[in-house]
Amino acid sequence: MLRTTPFHERTSTLCLAQNWRRWAGCIVAGSYDLTLDREYWAIRNAAALIDVSPLMKYIITGRDAARLLNRITTRNIDKLAVGQVYYTGWCDEDGKMLDDGTVSRLDETTYRLTSADPSLRWLSMNAVSLEVDITEVTHSVAALSLQGPRSRVVLNGCCESPVDGLKYFRLMKNSIYGIPVTISRTGYTGDLGYEIWMDAGSALTVWDALMDAGHDHGIAPTGILPMDIARVEAGLFMIEVDYTAATHAIIEAQKSSPFELGLDWTVNLDKPGYFVGRRALEREAREGPAWKMVGLEVDWNPMERLFRQVGLPPQLPAAPLRASQPVFSGGVQVGYASTSAWSPVLKKFIALAHIQRPYYELGTDLRLEVTVEHHRQHTAAKVVKTPFYEPEWKKK
Amino acid sequence: MTLHTYDAIIIGGGHNGLINAAYLARAGKKVIVLERRPIVGGAAVTEEIFPGFHFTEFSYVVSLLRPEIIRELELPRHGLKILPLPSTFTPMENGDYLAAWDDHDLTRRELYRHSPKDAEAYDEYARVMVRMAMAVKPLISLVPPDPSSLSIRDLMGLLKVGEYAASLSQKDLYQLAKLVTQSSADLLDEWFETDALKGTKSASGIIGTFLGPRSPGTAYVLLHHYMGEIDGAFRAWGFAKNGSGGVTASIASAARALGVKIRTQSPVKQVTVKNGRAVGVALENGDEFHAKVVVSAADPKRTFLQFVEPKYFPDEFVTQIRNFRTRGSSGKLNIALSELPNFTALPGDGPLHRGAISISPSIDYIERAYDDAKYGQVSRRPYIDMIIPSMIDPDMAPPGQHVMSCFVQYVPYDVEGGWTDEKKDQFAEHVIATIEQYAPNFRRAIIGKQVITPVDIERIAGITGGNIFHGELLLHQLFFLRPAPQWADFRTPLPGYYLAASGAHPGGGVMGAAGKLAAMEILKDWK
Repeated sequence: MLRTTPFHERTSTLCLAQNWRRWAGCIVAGSYDLTLDREYWAIRNAAALIDVSPLMKYIITGRDAARLLNRITTRNIDKLAVGQVYYTGWCDEDGKMLDDGTVSRLDETTYRLTSADPSLRWLSMNAVSLEVDITEVTHSVAALSLQGPRSRVVLNGCCESPVDGLKYFRLMKNSIYGIPVTISRTGYTGDLGYEIWMDAGSALTVWDALMDAGHDHGIAPTGILPMDIARVEAGLFMIEVDYTAATHAIIEAQKSSPFELGLDWTVNLDKPGYFVGRRALEREAREGPAWKMVGLEVDWNPMERLFRQVGLPPQLPAAPLRASQPVFSGGVQVGYASTSAWSPVLKKFIALAHIQRPYYELGTDLRLEVTVEHHRQHTAAKVVKTPFYEPEWKKK
Repeated sequence: MTLHTYDAIIIGGGHNGLINAAYLARAGKKVIVLERRPIVGGAAVTEEIFPGFHFTEFSYVVSLLRPEIIRELELPRHGLKILPLPSTFTPMENGDYLAAWDDHDLTRRELYRHSPKDAEAYDEYARVMVRMAMAVKPLISLVPPDPSSLSIRDLMGLLKVGEYAASLSQKDLYQLAKLVTQSSADLLDEWFETDALKGTKSASGIIGTFLGPRSPGTAYVLLHHYMGEIDGAFRAWGFAKNGSGGVTASIASAARALGVKIRTQSPVKQVTVKNGRAVGVALENGDEFHAKVVVSAADPKRTFLQFVEPKYFPDEFVTQIRNFRTRGSSGKLNIALSELPNFTALPGDGPLHRGAISISPSIDYIERAYDDAKYGQVSRRPYIDMIIPSMIDPDMAPPGQHVMSCFVQYVPYDVEGGWTDEKKDQFAEHVIATIEQYAPNFRRAIIGKQVITPVDIERIAGITGGNIFHGELLLHQLFFLRPAPQWADFRTPLPGYYLAASGAHPGGGVMGAAGKLAAMEILKDWK
């Protein structure tokens, strides 16, 4: 049987849809309601409480903890202050992405790394000769993501210390109903939001406290499918959907470098010393990536016309489409969209797409393959800046 | 006295005026919007009537706002968010209820409880109405051609209508012909047998109209309310973030970004006419504005009978505008609540509070409510369409408390003996007593209320007769007859003067189509 999370006792009674999704060997709610609307809008207009416990979590501690993380990730961990969080990817020796996640510096010599795939072996292999302890805490630490413009008010309603001073990608120690928690201002929605980390044994108390504090602020227990719409709007990609981990790829072409995923800003080539993939990444930085993951925005009128021609209103997906859709320029395929979604907040059809050089430049006019009533059609789309949606309160 | 010069002056900062201004500015024109009130929005405004309680005062839901306007003016970037209004709950007089939820199977099972036949018919009805809405949609974005005219433009327009009619299947064409002539009661009787279902559906056919569900023509009004489209789904209604004021705030922001100047507290006294052309306006404070084009986003009566001296118009036209039906038939009760109404039919806090709650137990109930109004009375047992905005958008009320918007019909403008404070109290009492019958805690939950009659709509929003559509959606006031024959193309008998609001084609409902279409016509005339 698949694992359940420490919140299952609550989530299972709330999940009207019985829409369970698998995540790293656990089941979590895909959505609680029968449709995604309310939970999606809780993320964008109120507060959404999302069980993100299945995330893989590792505590890395000891004198050489920073050295290990510097060696593995592409970020300069020496610059990560206590109480700060970095988003990062990590690569194999060929500079191809293995995984991505966050590194939080909990104290001088203790870090927490989250990942999508099990990473204990990789961490241990790279820790040879380093003075460092690596402990997997995936199941002993439960995690909740509280996302949405009202998330701060909700936390202030149940936390011992207010979170007003907590800046974007920083974390603090706090307490909820007497339970010690760590709160980081992070998330996977591109909105104001926090992630709350706690002992699995105290999970239900924290859940109840947040639901209680959120009652008058429109809090909604939210599944990972509505979050999936928000993450596309935020221009955030997902492993195994938008890229293949180098360890899972069967052929070279399935692998991606951080540059190809648009993660240039996380590759700190100016940091001192060796790190895994450095030489390959240096070479790629000089030559420029052959591919790039970009945002595509579909031009509405031509698409509406395609549907109109067969007598239909445009058929929009209720949840993000995780299907590869070819992208063309002048009739030649130059890439593919890996996730496309209707954005309810932007009222636009958007996609995350992998495009070949030179077609990935901002403003390039391309054509996306869409299926209209069983017929494949091409419709106009443009390379645009991501995030597609970024409210002013996200970082404020 | 100060003098200002612009390319275009828009009278009235409601959504149509602002949309019109934005499209003209987008074409490079220097535009000013003159709004009488201290805030923009017209009948789409949100105001904090009691501290912390935000009332979406008049218009309260959104559906018909043209998707192309949302896209072209990039309204989401300017803050427009349309939140779902997922269900409709109708408490019944026998203590039961009827609900339409946001899931097909749940709704079917709920209908099945009342009538297995209706549960099946519901799907087919929904499909037919979507096809009808699709069929009528092209007409919304078309400048109505005059069938009596032989001008190239009108002939081309007629050709388009003809082509479009030919594109419909025979069955759809017959259905459409029936829809525009039938009463909503007749239409619904053909499909359903459950009273509460028919009552609730028929209500869409009377909103903003001084007719009962058994009056011919109401089926079209029903269809008008089905033409809304949210995310490609027809018939979907939503609630705008921050209420209807949120819609106009986003349009105003988009207009300003395009360079439109918006001046509030600037009531227009008169349109200035020189050599038979509108050349500007004079404000009540004496300020004068000159422009090549003057656009009125007020209702037709104000536009043609108040702002301009009738001598500039043909007598026949003046008569037609005088006869334009603008009988206000609806009112609002906006309420601040200390707790949610607890419905005996489905007790407790639940999803029903996030959707529409409709007091429409049967067609007869609504027709009787109309009977009162026919003879100058407020309906003793009115049709009420309620929503609780604070359940959809927590920013509307203080935490733990609520605001409720009650749309009420029938509330005649010409109430017998005229509107007095006692009459207003009596109207509020009818509404409260009606709701209380279904939710006994309702009265004690009220901590503040705002009563709006058609006279208040006229006084505050400046709409003659307080008719929410600037003129009823009657067959003889639609398409090439709106607001008057030969003048349905947003032009008026006074050169340089245009009509760009709900009283023009295709009518109202925070649609914005008139504002945009008028702008396109104005730009065609620009020399």
